[in-house]
Amino acid sequence: MSYLAGEDMRGGYGAADILRGCAIAVDRGEIAVIVGPNGAGKSTAMRALFGMLRLRRGRVLLDGRDIGRLTPRERVRAGMAFVPQTDNVFTTMTVQENLEMGAFLRRDDISESMEEIFGLFPVLREKRRQQAGTLSGGQRQQAAIGRALMTRPSVLMLDEPTAGVSPIVMDELFDRLLEIRRMGIAILMVEQNARRALAIADRGFVLVNGGNRFTDTGHALLANPEVGRAFLGG
Amino acid sequence: MIVDVANALVLLCNFVVVPAIAYGSQLALGALGITLVFGVLRFANFSHGDLMALGTMVTILATWQLRRWGVGAGPLPTALLALPFGALVAVVASLAVDRSVFRFYRVRRSGPVVLTVVSVGVMFVMNGVVRFVIGPDDRSFADGARYLMTAGEFKRMTGLDEGLAIRSSQVLTVFVAVASVATLFWFLQRTRMGKSMRAYADNEDLALLSGVDPDRVVLVTWTITAVLATVAGTLYGLDKSFQPFTYLQLLLPMFAAAIVGGIGQPLGAIAGGFLVAFSEVAITYAYKKFLRYLLPEHLHPDGLVQLLSTDYKFSVSFAILVAVLLWRPTGLFRGRVL
Repeated sequence: MSYLAGEDMRGGYGAADILRGCAIAVDRGEIAVIVGPNGAGKSTAMRALFGMLRLRRGRVLLDGRDIGRLTPRERVRAGMAFVPQTDNVFTTMTVQENLEMGAFLRRDDISESMEEIFGLFPVLREKRRQQAGTLSGGQRQQAAIGRALMTRPSVLMLDEPTAGVSPIVMDELFDRLLEIRRMGIAILMVEQNARRALAIADRGFVLVNGGNRFTDTGHALLANPEVGRAFLGG
Repeated sequence: MIVDVANALVLLCNFVVVPAIAYGSQLALGALGITLVFGVLRFANFSHGDLMALGTMVTILATWQLRRWGVGAGPLPTALLALPFGALVAVVASLAVDRSVFRFYRVRRSGPVVLTVVSVGVMFVMNGVVRFVIGPDDRSFADGARYLMTAGEFKRMTGLDEGLAIRSSQVLTVFVAVASVATLFWFLQRTRMGKSMRAYADNEDLALLSGVDPDRVVLVTWTITAVLATVAGTLYGLDKSFQPFTYLQLLLPMFAAAIVGGIGQPLGAIAGGFLVAFSEVAITYAYKKFLRYLLPEHLHPDGLVQLLSTDYKFSVSFAILVAVLLWRPTGLFRGRVL
């Protein structure tokens, strides 16, 4: 049994289901990546796992506990953190305030966590008194991930963390994610840059039409000619 | 010559600068409430003027009761002692209205226009309640020392022909406004709750993802707004007088102030409040006497040299509002666009 698992998830926003029985799972200290064509339900699957979408059927388990009835806020409390694709920082607040807001639910001393994040993303320390709205795209993603990590989550979910950043910045971000993985956090992300993401993934899920087309390790998926042809552009 | 210039300046201070500073402080406090509700709850709250009237009304009733009991605040107006009661009732009323009216539309995620129209309904009901309870007439409730310095005293002191009168209500207004604004900014910038309010105003979804409790944010926002409204209304009532209808009319300059400053920006509301107040007072002032001091005799004006009659003072707010919306819709401090 994986640490976070969505089983047979079915549901959508209107009458028609977007998710049609998809299953996602990730363990602590692992990176799991969801790839697939546009409209396959990748982001919807993430939202369902986080409780931002009500499932018609299926279960979501966190550490063996059914969390299907928890609100997103309660899931944050339970140790899940989510980095949306856009609007993922408080633009009118300083970088430091963004991190403080990430730790909103914590009542203990947060300075250690903040140091940890400044260690992970040194540029945030430099810019900590600057408004997050003035950061570059890559710095903004770092601030967004930093905010999410301030809750000391056991699961970190990222919706296209490298959207709109340069290839160099993308490499950097992936390196940081590997470091975060070493902290024993379960990382689940949706990625457009499927090849690069699967290369660092312990598990990969290829979603098509709201269901799992392929589920394997990242390397096995990259090596699979069928996956390569249909979903990774040859 | 020097004496003439001094007289002209004193005249201007007495009739324009000092009243505008007091009026500006009152508008700024009112505009702060409007801008807070807009920033956090995302709608233009038309019932703000009548929330002010409600809080002020309760303050007045409490003032009368205190006086009946023989309680006073010495040289300060008794209304200061009664203010907490007014604020408390205003807080309870605005929370009750939110619970019974606004929340219904918030939960359905209705658009800002819908909420604004709903607030117009709330405005009429509140206005009706206030008029029903205290009546539509003018109510004066100022007591204590009236002047810090009378025009006569100033004249004797300086030997000038023109006097500068400073009413205690004006000084009190400025003091209370500065204290309220300082407290509000400290709260928003330094406290956990204040920061979570800014976060919620900045990005509601991300605030929820960070674990901010939206109900608490809404509760605190209405509490602060109602207290600010009562303070602003009471100060305005002490400085001028209380009449339910006037408070409904104050809505326009307060909105103009909030929008000029950049709606959703607390600093902007303050700047906007003073800008609107100074424009209103300066444009409706008759400069005849002022110019007589400064110009040689053959240039003395015959007319009042008043750009606009005071009856039309609200058109100044309108003009500012239109100009800002046309040329700089985000306002001075880059707030949101309505």
